[in-house]
Amino acid sequence: MTLAQKGRWTTAAGLVLLAAVYVRALAFTPIERLQGPAQKIFYIHVPAAIWTETAMILVGLASLFFLFLKDPRLDSFAAASAEVGTAFATIVLTTGPIWGKPIWGTWWTWDARLTSTLFLFFLYIGYLLLRGAVADPGARARYPAVLGICGMVLVPFIHFSVYLFRTLHPMPIILKPSAPSLPGSMLATWAFSFAVFSVLYVGFVMQRYALARARQEAPHV
Amino acid sequence: MAPRSRTRTARRWGRPVLEGLKLAWVVARKDLLLEFRTRTAILSALVFTALVLTVFEFGRDPTAVPTIDLAPSILWVTFTFAAMLALNRAFALELENQALEGLLVSPLSRTSLYWGKLIANLVFVVVVEAVGLPLFVLFFDVPVWPVLLPLVGVIALATVGFVAVGTLFSAMVIRTRLAELLLIVLLLPFLTPPLIAAVQVTARLLAGRPIAEAAGWLKLLASYDIVFVTLSTLLFPHTVDE
Repeated sequence: MTLAQKGRWTTAAGLVLLAAVYVRALAFTPIERLQGPAQKIFYIHVPAAIWTETAMILVGLASLFFLFLKDPRLDSFAAASAEVGTAFATIVLTTGPIWGKPIWGTWWTWDARLTSTLFLFFLYIGYLLLRGAVADPGARARYPAVLGICGMVLVPFIHFSVYLFRTLHPMPIILKPSAPSLPGSMLATWAFSFAVFSVLYVGFVMQRYALARARQEAPHV
Repeated sequence: MAPRSRTRTARRWGRPVLEGLKLAWVVARKDLLLEFRTRTAILSALVFTALVLTVFEFGRDPTAVPTIDLAPSILWVTFTFAAMLALNRAFALELENQALEGLLVSPLSRTSLYWGKLIANLVFVVVVEAVGLPLFVLFFDVPVWPVLLPLVGVIALATVGFVAVGTLFSAMVIRTRLAELLLIVLLLPFLTPPLIAAVQVTARLLAGRPIAEAAGWLKLLASYDIVFVTLSTLLFPHTVDE
């Protein structure tokens, strides 16, 4: 089985499991007392948000190792991870406003967290644009690598602004210094969803990576 | 024994650093001399700054929004745009007659080249800001005199951050198809953390609050500068070497 096929099967499994996440989140998880059914979006939104940031960190790490090892496979992985990260950032930016409308009473607000996710999205777009805009074949891998490393370093700076800026956004309840403050059944649903999103990330990246490798090996086909 | 070996180490490390800085200054002086002789870029940047400030004056309702509330944003949006305009030209002038190749084969370290460009860009942006700030005070009648010193400090901190990343990126984008447009798209997400921090500190300063209230933002600015100056210095060779 080729890598692309493996990636397709992994993605298929992830999508089936995603349906299971919906069923569990909607039918078998208690409704939050204050936010009502709108809180259900949290099970999709937060795993996608975590993977959006993780994907950027992985882009940065792959870029860093690429500059030292000059292994084109690392470059392909960075490209794949950036593409999947862009997709996940889109999920975060669409599910966020859907939740925001009933809870905050507005689709969009210039809250620090929204803004920082939006800028992460712009960072991804810039990264993909730069990949497409470099004509010189040697620089085509090096320039994005430089940007990828800078992007990875930028993420914590963006994240710190969350704590400093006055924010409307619910404070993190999963990734925070103390233990997660979430009832057990909700936490279980969330963990399940996070695992499914991880499977999806791996599946998507495998497919895009296989494509990028194929392109590197036969650039003119 | 110990102090002697320490001075020897200091000398061994000190000399290349000093030498590198001297060479960086040579590069910077070359750029600044070119700029001073032609004066086109600096003049357009100054006019641009004055124009942006004017546009802001007419882009608001002075009866509805007090100037002091808008002032920090006006100042920083203007400075951000002016800095990006300045950064575009940093490597563009090396494209002609393959001047960059000349610099790369000369006995000049990549670090010196980056620092030279960084210094030249800093001087360029500082000149623009030095004219922009009095214009800003004149146009918007903002009480900056009591907080002038800390304000200049914040401007310096933010400018170093802007220019460090911008110099690195401008070395890459000049050899792409989209050049100027791409620099803005790539750079703005990176300018956002220092921009937010600078606006927050400026707002507190202009409102007459104690500087200690903005300590968190100042720390963010300072760490951004340290991290990105170091990172850009380390990454720069990868943008020019084959």
